Amino acid sequence: MHVFANPRRFLAIAVPVTPWCFWGGIALILAGCWAGLFMAPADYLQGENARILYIHVPAAWLGMGGWSGLTIAAIMQLVGRHPLAAVAGRALAVPGAVFTALCLATGSIWGRPTWGTWWEWDGRLTSMLLLLFLYIGYIALARSSADRADGGGVSRVTAIFALIGALNLPVIHYSVVWWNSLHQGRSITMSGSSIAPSMLWPLGLTVLGFTLWFIAIVLLRMRAILAENRIEARLRRMSRS
Amino acid sequence: MNPWPFVISSYALTALATIATSFWAWRAARKAEARAEQLTGRD
Repeated sequence: MHVFANPRRFLAIAVPVTPWCFWGGIALILAGCWAGLFMAPADYLQGENARILYIHVPAAWLGMGGWSGLTIAAIMQLVGRHPLAAVAGRALAVPGAVFTALCLATGSIWGRPTWGTWWEWDGRLTSMLLLLFLYIGYIALARSSADRADGGGVSRVTAIFALIGALNLPVIHYSVVWWNSLHQGRSITMSGSSIAPSMLWPLGLTVLGFTLWFIAIVLLRMRAILAENRIEARLRRMSRS
Repeated sequence: MNPWPFVISSYALTALATIATSFWAWRAARKAEARAEQLTGRD
């Protein structure tokens, strides 16, 4: 991974990759949403409300995936001292928080006609809400420490916060197994899927599309942070001369 | 209960968040990269 430790080398890859991920992601999202809304059949129990899941599931996946990324970045920053890891951590936080909030919002909208309630304090929903609060805490810490950290990334304290917050990820994942919940159990496991193929492929498109789009947003954020670093370094040199 | 207002509002909210996040990230990168280029050009 240290091959990409050099920001110049990273940018040489990130700049051409960003539009491919962005536009490829948007195309897949649009195709997946179209298929989810107009081609996939309605669920035999949930009816048309099941169409919300084509966007709720990718939002949940990226909310948790974003924090998994923060955890990997924190380990690489603290153990490997990878200079871009701190920048990646800062870049991941806001899109991760946006998708966690979207997951909660779309889940709540889905819950009203399906469960008869907007909100239920059960294990899955509460641990997901905790994830949103963790993101907000991480963003606040990252902003307050950005000036003091090297290269515009997050500080070591913020990276340690990401590692502590990672304890919530298995709680979210296994909450439907550990506790009785209104939330349905896992539909996709290592051994297979209980979702009908006619409903699974649009979900695959939206999950893949939002993931590509998410990568593009993180790359754009990293490029912005690295450019800000270049500006600061240049201004410092100019003020000295 | 008519499900379509719930479905449409979910998709609209997601579209809005996706467009806003895309614009915010693109604008921040474009602005910072343009300024960095401008300062490099002063050498």
